[in-house]
Amino acid sequence: MKKTKQLFAALTLMVLGLGSAQADYTLDLMRGVTVISNEVYDLHILILWICIFIGIAVFGTMFYSIYYHRKSMGHKAEQFHENTTVEIIWTIIPTIILVGMAIPATKTMLDMDDSREAEMSIKVTGWQWKWEYEYMDNGIHFFSSLDEASNEARQKNSGIDPRSVPHYLLNVDKPLVVPVNTKIRFLFTAADVIHSWWVPDLGWKKDTVPGFINESWTDIKEVGTYRGQCAELCGKDHGFMPIVVIAKEKADYDAWVEEQKTLAIAEANAADKEWAVDELIAKGETVYANNCASCHMADGAGMPGTFPAISGSAVVTGDMDSQVDLMMNGKGMMPAFGQMLSAVDFAAVSTFIRNGLGNSVGDSIQPSAIQTLQPASTEEDDDE
Amino acid sequence: MSAVTAEHDDHHDHGPAKGILRWIVTTNHKDIGTLYLVFALTMFFVGGSMALIIRAELFEPGMQFVDPQFFNSMTTMHALVMVFGAVMPAFVGLANWMIPMMIGAPDMALPRMNNMSFWMLVAGILLLASTLFMEGGAPAAGWTLYPPLVLQTGTALPFAIFSVHLLGISSIMGAINIIATIFNMRAPAMTLMKMPLFVWTWLITAFLLIAIMPVFAGAVTMLLTDRFFDTSFFDAAGGGDPVLYQHIFWFFGHPEVYVMILPTFGVASTIIPVFARKPLFGYASMVYATAAIAFLSFIVWAHHMFTVGMPIAGELYFMYATMLIAIPTGVKIFNWTATMWKGSMTFEAPMLFSIAFVVLFTLGGFTGLMMAIAPVDFQYHDTYFIVAHFHYTLVPASIFILMAAGYYWLPKWTGNMYDERLAQLHFWLSAISVNILFFPQHFLGLAGMPRRIPDYAVQFADWNMISSIGAFIYGPSQLIFVYIVYKTIKGGTGEKVTDEVWEGASKHGLEWTLPSPPPYHTFTTPPEKVPTEHF
Repeated sequence: MKKTKQLFAALTLMVLGLGSAQADYTLDLMRGVTVISNEVYDLHILILWICIFIGIAVFGTMFYSIYYHRKSMGHKAEQFHENTTVEIIWTIIPTIILVGMAIPATKTMLDMDDSREAEMSIKVTGWQWKWEYEYMDNGIHFFSSLDEASNEARQKNSGIDPRSVPHYLLNVDKPLVVPVNTKIRFLFTAADVIHSWWVPDLGWKKDTVPGFINESWTDIKEVGTYRGQCAELCGKDHGFMPIVVIAKEKADYDAWVEEQKTLAIAEANAADKEWAVDELIAKGETVYANNCASCHMADGAGMPGTFPAISGSAVVTGDMDSQVDLMMNGKGMMPAFGQMLSAVDFAAVSTFIRNGLGNSVGDSIQPSAIQTLQPASTEEDDDE
Repeated sequence: MSAVTAEHDDHHDHGPAKGILRWIVTTNHKDIGTLYLVFALTMFFVGGSMALIIRAELFEPGMQFVDPQFFNSMTTMHALVMVFGAVMPAFVGLANWMIPMMIGAPDMALPRMNNMSFWMLVAGILLLASTLFMEGGAPAAGWTLYPPLVLQTGTALPFAIFSVHLLGISSIMGAINIIATIFNMRAPAMTLMKMPLFVWTWLITAFLLIAIMPVFAGAVTMLLTDRFFDTSFFDAAGGGDPVLYQHIFWFFGHPEVYVMILPTFGVASTIIPVFARKPLFGYASMVYATAAIAFLSFIVWAHHMFTVGMPIAGELYFMYATMLIAIPTGVKIFNWTATMWKGSMTFEAPMLFSIAFVVLFTLGGFTGLMMAIAPVDFQYHDTYFIVAHFHYTLVPASIFILMAAGYYWLPKWTGNMYDERLAQLHFWLSAISVNILFFPQHFLGLAGMPRRIPDYAVQFADWNMISSIGAFIYGPSQLIFVYIVYKTIKGGTGEKVTDEVWEGASKHGLEWTLPSPPPYHTFTTPPEKVPTEHF
């Protein structure tokens, strides 16, 4: 019944051609919240109108002809053809129009390219299928992936109505926080395959290419939350790695930075304490759901031929050290989780997969043991 | 070759071999043309079914029918099958049937190679299709096969690559054959500037094919060695560059889209004058515009990669070069309009599809122009806006023109008239549903929906549903075409058609001076006069 209603609504919409059942629904490019995004929007509108104008002229002529120059109206065909004057005119006029478009386009292009005098830099690394953010100026560093509510709802036949999930597929566990009225330089790279970082409100997208650094910049003018997605096909969960940028007033941003620093210390302390096995397993289950289940499946069955099963896996039920080594450094499509997970999360999920998902090895590993194995924090390498 | 087979060819006028063998061993351009066309139509439905799986999954937000990995395989395979299995073979089929009959030649220049290029195409596509059943699934990295992602493909990767090799060899052989035929086998009176535009556009297309297919073969071979032989052409860790692949691919890929559109232009330029009962407005400028587009197609490739991180000089150069394409393309559209102007038009199915092509292709051209503007393309790139753009230039353009060509030449091929009323129904259903299908995708892209995603945020729900409804009307309505073709072959409306079929058509093309249907061998002696209507 509901579907029929939706269908009906959709059809009505189609007839009307505008209006909407969804509140935040748009037909056009968004203006965005930066000077550049506004320039881009204006260019888009300018060219759209030029096209509409040409379209009216061409189609108008054509439909006039289709209506009046019909055999059924008794119109006799004239046999004229080849007219050099006409042909020169219809080559020159488009050329002039194109030059008219190229001038403002070049100006915007040059503005977008100029990332000089940035006040802060953020390095963005694309992973299958999450984003890594590193604030180059204050050492804040975290991963950002699809939020849990969307992740549950997006499973095949989950039974959860996407409309009931706030910001379905456009929400993350940990958003990127930036100050407004600050020229921010972004550096883009990727850890595995090519991704593309796109927040429409900023007016551009940029590919993240493994082994190369791309650059772009923004200067957000309005406080707010801006959402985007990965725009370059990057594997099966390409549709599930959104971007959320929260732009705050400078003072609020500074407060957030302090808060992050306190959290980092707390996290380091948590790694030093002795964890009970049950605690680790309980925490590990969540870590598994967020990081591992998209390939190895929620029940650990994997996907034959592509992603090996966890349940009954020789690696997981075998020697702890080789399992930890594989998770730490990755292999083939398996990402290196060494720098992606905190020591606590790493120890928790290592313990969980040995004692859950049909496995019962019975042993566990402490976060402190993981810490000694983890690669040095990546911040040092970025000073080049 | 002639030295070997001359003796065999000495006995004359034998018809086709009997039974199934006729189709397997045939070297007759008409039979091979038919094989290509039937194969292309079959693949059109195979690729179309994949598109319907995509549209079914996208009907509503949430994942209902397929897994994301399989969804990606569908978008990848849909594109590969449609490009290499449907559109290109369909135009090769038309070329086979029509070029000898249009230039007054008895057959293609290299008939045995002709047979071989067809069966190699079948082998290539079967190899590609077989990957659907392999461990790890069919390729799912998009038809562009970008590394490093494509290197994550399972067992299917080498099979897909060898399939590309086969398809490439098949295309190159077909192209060589077409060039050899046009340059060597024209009737003496058929000078180059008297050739029908369909022949001209195919001549230029054939040169494009010979230039680009080896490039694509080279690119995928590098993928093969990167994966299996430890090279690192596209791996930064070994000194390579993933973006290098994109440059090579699009050096092939951009002319490739013109491979699909130039013969489309040719058919439109053939059909519109006949039904406007007027000569084509500017024959010479159409030829030059085609050549100009073909030239430009080689120097604009990186407009597919504006967001990949090129230096500013590269961005600006590719933007300006791309904008230039609008000029010769505009010349073509103005020409078709001027051809209709003050004509005496009738609107049989071929004309309807051709007019719809001019209008809807122009829409695709407008969005193409918008995307040429690099700074704005940073927003459009990899969204549904581009999906809408290239589908407008392929479906209501290439596919519509293929339908137009089918209706236009079917009476000539079979000697029977198709059912005009059903054809009109087919046209109107297609023309309306194709817009319901693709127009809303402009809105989706502008509103921020990326392409190649199996599920989307709820603000995209309405237009996706409408688009899917369009797909579910468009897809099945193409079955009407199959029914009409079948009925026409079986006798059609019962009315026997004249040699000319369409009023005044014999002034526009040599094929209309032949009987309908034409005998198995035509123009065994070249015609003395050629039509001059298009001057």
